[in-house]
Amino acid sequence: MIGEDDVRYVAKLARLRLEQDEIARMTSELGKILSHIDKMGELDTTGVPPTAHVLDVANVTRADKPSESLPRAEALRNAPAVSDDCFRVPKMG
Amino acid sequence: MSGLDPLRLTAKVAKRLLVDGEVSAAELAKTYLDQIAAVEPRVKAYIRVTYDNAAKYSTKVDREMQALRGPLAGLPIAIKDNMVTEGVTTTCASRILRDYMPVYTATAVRQVWDDHVVMLGKTNLDEFAMGSSTENSSFQTTANPWDLATVPGGSSGGSAAAVAAGEALWALGSDTGGSIRQPAALCGIVGMKPTYGAVSRYGLIAFASSLDQIGPLTRSVYDCALLLQHIVGRDPRDATSVALPEPVKLPDAERLDGLRVGIPAEYLAAGIEPGVRARFDETVARVEELGGICVEISLPHTEYALPAYYIIAPAEASANLARFDGVRYGYRCEDPVDLLDMYERTRGEGFGPEVKRRIMIGTYALSAGYYDAYYGRAQVVRTLVRRDFERAFAGVDLIALPTTPTVAFRAGSRTADPLSMYVCDICTIPANLAGLPAISIPCGLSDGLPVGFQLIGPAFSENRILQTAHALEGAIGFDTAPAFRDSRLEVRQ
Repeated sequence: MIGEDDVRYVAKLARLRLEQDEIARMTSELGKILSHIDKMGELDTTGVPPTAHVLDVANVTRADKPSESLPRAEALRNAPAVSDDCFRVPKMG
Repeated sequence: MSGLDPLRLTAKVAKRLLVDGEVSAAELAKTYLDQIAAVEPRVKAYIRVTYDNAAKYSTKVDREMQALRGPLAGLPIAIKDNMVTEGVTTTCASRILRDYMPVYTATAVRQVWDDHVVMLGKTNLDEFAMGSSTENSSFQTTANPWDLATVPGGSSGGSAAAVAAGEALWALGSDTGGSIRQPAALCGIVGMKPTYGAVSRYGLIAFASSLDQIGPLTRSVYDCALLLQHIVGRDPRDATSVALPEPVKLPDAERLDGLRVGIPAEYLAAGIEPGVRARFDETVARVEELGGICVEISLPHTEYALPAYYIIAPAEASANLARFDGVRYGYRCEDPVDLLDMYERTRGEGFGPEVKRRIMIGTYALSAGYYDAYYGRAQVVRTLVRRDFERAFAGVDLIALPTTPTVAFRAGSRTADPLSMYVCDICTIPANLAGLPAISIPCGLSDGLPVGFQLIGPAFSENRILQTAHALEGAIGFDTAPAFRDSRLEVRQ
């Protein structure tokens, strides 16, 4: 059964800040959802391969030719902060 | 005064009127903009109506009609707001993308733009297409035009409601677990999810990449085929896209002689409400009247499809949504103390509750120690679901199911319990897991609300599905004009 500490740990992995009330609600909701999902455990899946892709295609490649990419100004256009033609971010903690 | 009825006009008829010069593209666009002005305050289908674009572009089509005479020129369309459109904000109905201005255009949208379709606007959805009622939008709740107290379904609820309410001639949506077919069913219109890979996903903001497909929402099966013709094809920018083995044909079938249709016993065993079941059974009887043969079949892993989906889709979503971190685009939190604080608060403040829930389920399912039990097992179950279909299609041409277990439900009635919302997709999810094409067509009313009839076919059987749906549509004769009632205002006896 999933507990509040598990939820805090997973939120950390997901880089997702949750407030205390969200953690409590999430713990109860995830518990219910996962217990429904645990139904999969009833099946004998011995020897059944996992699905990697639904269509019979593999190793789709393209010619290794250089082509134009997004201009720098366009790529930076939606950035919350920019300096020296780069994305600007806060310092590492 | 054009005298057009936007609640009944099809693209097939509109195209003929345009070509014959009986109506101009500007008049056609104005018909929809007028209807938007009249009903949008109650329906709220659009996040953004692109009035200037619609007026300007329809005028251009009229002026250059001879040169632009493409098959779709001047036919107005609504686009779900999770497909990027250069120069028009694309929000995914999320706070984290509230002001996002795309610098390129999704391939499917580009294709219809190149055919000179006139864009009316961007439609509402559940945030990042995660939901079955459009109530998870960060901006507004869309109403079902048949009863404004009920939901339009989701996640393409804005596109479905816009078409049903006559606010668009047709629309594009996306379907990950039923997000085109379920709202089409609840709003009394046609919606189709093509075979996985048939339509490029380039520019569709990714939710679950192995399940997502773009498709049409229309007022008729013919229109569905017409729009599908123009969005399919291999795209070098989407390595999972494929060329269809045969072109999409415009349907003309009136009979179904010799067609074998499988009815899976598992779905009818439980959970389908009586009104939906009654319309479904009547439609199955119509298949036989038209010369088809209906046989009971078994899809034994049906009950495991929903649990598998609710691991696979969140797992892929948790990876896809990692890109929203406040660095390159979208919302960034105020005054972060350091980089980690920025990531965590940007995402904590930018995403709504359902998106957070899916990221958490997905991250948990992919985390060390749980991967095999959840993600690994879900992909194995996916194989079993696919094998069920393969076995069934050895004996039948198509499979018929209700699209949804119930008709449209009251807004707010399922938001407190996530699982009660997830089960809305129980009849639509298997086609996504198996990558199969499927359509929903309206097959009648239950308590004044539309019921959807779903047909699923083998991979690349779009033409067979469209022909069958077309013949059935003719036999059913459903009137697509909604009532715009509001059951909240009706006196209870």
